[in-house]
Amino acid sequence: MSASSLPKTGLPAAAVPEVALKVETPFRRFVSEFFESKTATVGLIVFVSLVLIALLAPFIAPQNPYDLAQLDIMDGRMEPGTVGGAGFTYFLGTDDQGRDMLSGIMYGLRISLTVGIGSAFIACMVGASLGLLAAYAGGRTDSVIMRLVDLQLSFPSILAALMILAFLGKGITNVVLALVIVEWAYYARTVRGTALVERRREYIEAAQCLALPTHRVIFRHLLPNCMPPLIVVGTMQIARAIALEATLSFLGLGVPITEPSLGLLISNGYEYMLSGKYWISFYPGIALLVTIVSINLVGDHLRDVLNPRLKK
Amino acid sequence: MSLYLLRRLLQAALVMLAMSVIVFVGVYAIGDPVEILISPDADQMERERAIKALGLDLPLWMQYLSFLGNALRGDLGRSFVFNEPALQLILQRMPATLELAFGATIMALIIGIPLGLYAGLKPKSFGAKCIMTGSILGFSLPTFWVGLMLIMVFAVQLGWLPSTGRGETVDVMGMRWSFLTWDGLRHLAMPALNLALFKISLVIRLTRAGVRETMLMDFVKFARAKGLTNRRVISVHVFKNIMIPVVTVVGLELGSTIAFSVVTESVFAWPGMGKLIIDSINVLDRPVIVAYLMIIVLMFITINLLVDLSYSALDPRVRLENK
Amino acid sequence: MTALTAAAPTLEVRNLQTHFFTRAGVVKAVDDVSFSVGRGKVLGLVGESGSGKTVTGFSILGLVDEPGRIVGGSILFHGQDLAKQSEEQMRQLRGNRIAMIFQDPMMTLNPVLRIDTQMIETVQAHTKVSKEEARQRARDTLGMVGIPSPDERLKSYPHQFSGGMRQRVAIAIALLHRPELIVADEPTTALDVTIQAQILAEVQKLCAETGTAMIWITHDLSVVAGLADDIAVMYAGKVVEKGEVAPVLDMPLHPYTAGLIGSVPSRNKRGEPLKQIPGMTPNVMRLPPGCAFRTRCAYATEVCKQEVPFGEVAPGREVRCFHPLFPAKQGEAA
Repeated sequence: MSASSLPKTGLPAAAVPEVALKVETPFRRFVSEFFESKTATVGLIVFVSLVLIALLAPFIAPQNPYDLAQLDIMDGRMEPGTVGGAGFTYFLGTDDQGRDMLSGIMYGLRISLTVGIGSAFIACMVGASLGLLAAYAGGRTDSVIMRLVDLQLSFPSILAALMILAFLGKGITNVVLALVIVEWAYYARTVRGTALVERRREYIEAAQCLALPTHRVIFRHLLPNCMPPLIVVGTMQIARAIALEATLSFLGLGVPITEPSLGLLISNGYEYMLSGKYWISFYPGIALLVTIVSINLVGDHLRDVLNPRLKK
Repeated sequence: MSLYLLRRLLQAALVMLAMSVIVFVGVYAIGDPVEILISPDADQMERERAIKALGLDLPLWMQYLSFLGNALRGDLGRSFVFNEPALQLILQRMPATLELAFGATIMALIIGIPLGLYAGLKPKSFGAKCIMTGSILGFSLPTFWVGLMLIMVFAVQLGWLPSTGRGETVDVMGMRWSFLTWDGLRHLAMPALNLALFKISLVIRLTRAGVRETMLMDFVKFARAKGLTNRRVISVHVFKNIMIPVVTVVGLELGSTIAFSVVTESVFAWPGMGKLIIDSINVLDRPVIVAYLMIIVLMFITINLLVDLSYSALDPRVRLENK
Repeated sequence: MTALTAAAPTLEVRNLQTHFFTRAGVVKAVDDVSFSVGRGKVLGLVGESGSGKTVTGFSILGLVDEPGRIVGGSILFHGQDLAKQSEEQMRQLRGNRIAMIFQDPMMTLNPVLRIDTQMIETVQAHTKVSKEEARQRARDTLGMVGIPSPDERLKSYPHQFSGGMRQRVAIAIALLHRPELIVADEPTTALDVTIQAQILAEVQKLCAETGTAMIWITHDLSVVAGLADDIAVMYAGKVVEKGEVAPVLDMPLHPYTAGLIGSVPSRNKRGEPLKQIPGMTPNVMRLPPGCAFRTRCAYATEVCKQEVPFGEVAPGREVRCFHPLFPAKQGEAA
């Protein structure tokens, strides 16, 4: 941002497009600051690995858990480490259908991450737009949007999600919709708070003086400067969304049985738990836990690096 | 003070009204009201008669008014499944949920405050670091999974505690309570701990932050300069100051504790409101869903009001402003 | 007042050193401070913010917080070294025989406890009396510091008092046990000038009446001029000049003291620009070797880079300087 930090890009100023210049230098500083924390680095590595596993699940999973032809009901509820009829070892055991738990978890991770990241992304778009609008328009628009935010935030997420699913019924789309409705308010509040501070700065006044169109002022000038807190909230909300989706699926209100997320896998193992067959619930739970903790570690540190103001 | 109370009551009534609109729109406009309110077994003739009788041929705003009128008289419809008034059904199960939520809140305070105090007073000690790491886990762990693990360890492996149900109950004032019997307490322990887990982390963090902030205040140093013992400085001067945010947050969280008991009740088959709502959603017993939502909103508003009042009782500065 | 010379001083601080061991390095907040104050006397401890005067006050009461520690010197209270007392022994002294008054009256009283609670606990911390007796004593003391209708006021919370009234309450708390020594850390800085004058007058009267010794920490030389018997000037953790008030203010020997006096607005002639000491208070973490003031001093020479001894240069006048400003030089300084 400042002229003094320009040489760090290592390129002559003229060769770099204007936008890249603005983003590049703080970004590098941010990257180096981020990796100063060991826990956050570990968190990021774990999270990236999980995403890779989820993406590559069809290629690396020992079995396609949805392909009934590959399942052998005779292999049902086998203990971790047993060699099944198909000739490979069930490292994490099998569930009641004879499904390999390791494969189930890999595919479950796909669903959990898709729903979590997808809903967080949509909620971010909706929330950030409304928050920007509230901050920029002010007056009645602002107070109406913020009333809605307050109402939304005063309700526990689970209750709001239950309400929406009760009205709309189950299904992956409805779960995403419910998560978006539960989460948008966090983004809106964050963005509005930052935007209210930023819009009083000179560069916004300058942009307005140039008579740029309002949408350009908002999205090209105001929004980029509201990004740091938004990224922090976004990271944390992904973890929350994944946890909430798992909870809803566990309650039987989430994803359908044909597309089991981690939460549904845990739910499936519930009845076998009492008879001591712990692995059906235990390992998906560990996968869920590792996912959430890794995201939280990254988010926690991001907050410190990106926005000292948010630090308590 | 009474003017303040009046204003707060009016606000509460407005929120209640807004929520009734949302619930009404949710149930009567988005879903198919015929399907929701009339038993699916009814034939065509019965359906049409019911539609007329229920006023479903009227415009939406008139339907809303009659819904509101019925709700004010305490009539929130009848359950399809139990064929009982929905309100009554929920009220019957409320003691179990309240017992669980209060148990969890008390547990959160009893466990959270001492740990938070310790972590705040000795921030650099190994114990404090363990406590803080534990609190991050408490925030990250999905409640339902922890519940399963508790069952696995304490009920299945060790066999110390029963895994499901409320155990023996005692009737007091027409309501059944578990916490009055030993067997009931044994049944309550695990679900309450499970539900408390998140709150414990929250209380630890709040207490720790409060302690660290308060210890730096001049009045703490002054209290020490007066020759008070460390014990008195911490247990009176520091403690009373940190109790304000802790009580406020824990009080406000009581509502969300009640809401989140949905999860814990499902894990431990605890026969409360939360279990009822999940079952009702699964069988589309929508009058019960509506009644549950309206009641829980009412509870929320009441709790917020009570917290505000107790807040002013704790903080003399607020008390003055309201006079 | 100077006629009253007590046999032994109430408090004698000798070569006190209080250092803070931070992650960034050792901060020598107090590094060689010596002074003494006798019965019924007032010592003005003067210096800029960050000079270590507050830490000196806290050291006397044993209230230095982590990572700070008294690392050297002694604090003799009636001959007893406070730096060597146990925490419990110090607690019994604090608020009882040694009391402290803080700078900001808005912050010193606990906002959520009533005045009576805060006073009664102080009485009961040191004497075994019933709550009623303690309340009685609290009420009497409040009356003594000029708080009208003390009975009613006892039941109030701090926020119901004005700043001046709160400071009176804090002073009353300090006086509850008729201490032999009061450390007052800029107690009137946060108050209006008129209230400041009232409180100063009352404190002076109380000290004279009860024979309490007082250390008055301030940066305001005009307060010291009117109140104190002796003065000790601190700079960067060290006492640089010490003596009776009148001679020190009339004829400062240390260039820093001279600079301080020169920068009091009322001493400047109208139309003349205000004098100021050039430069800034040095970072106590990276003090230059030798005299810490030399970088801002007009008289500094090569010799100032060596450790400066603190010694008597004239009767009753101790200075830490190689180039004390004797009258011949005084003209140059002004």
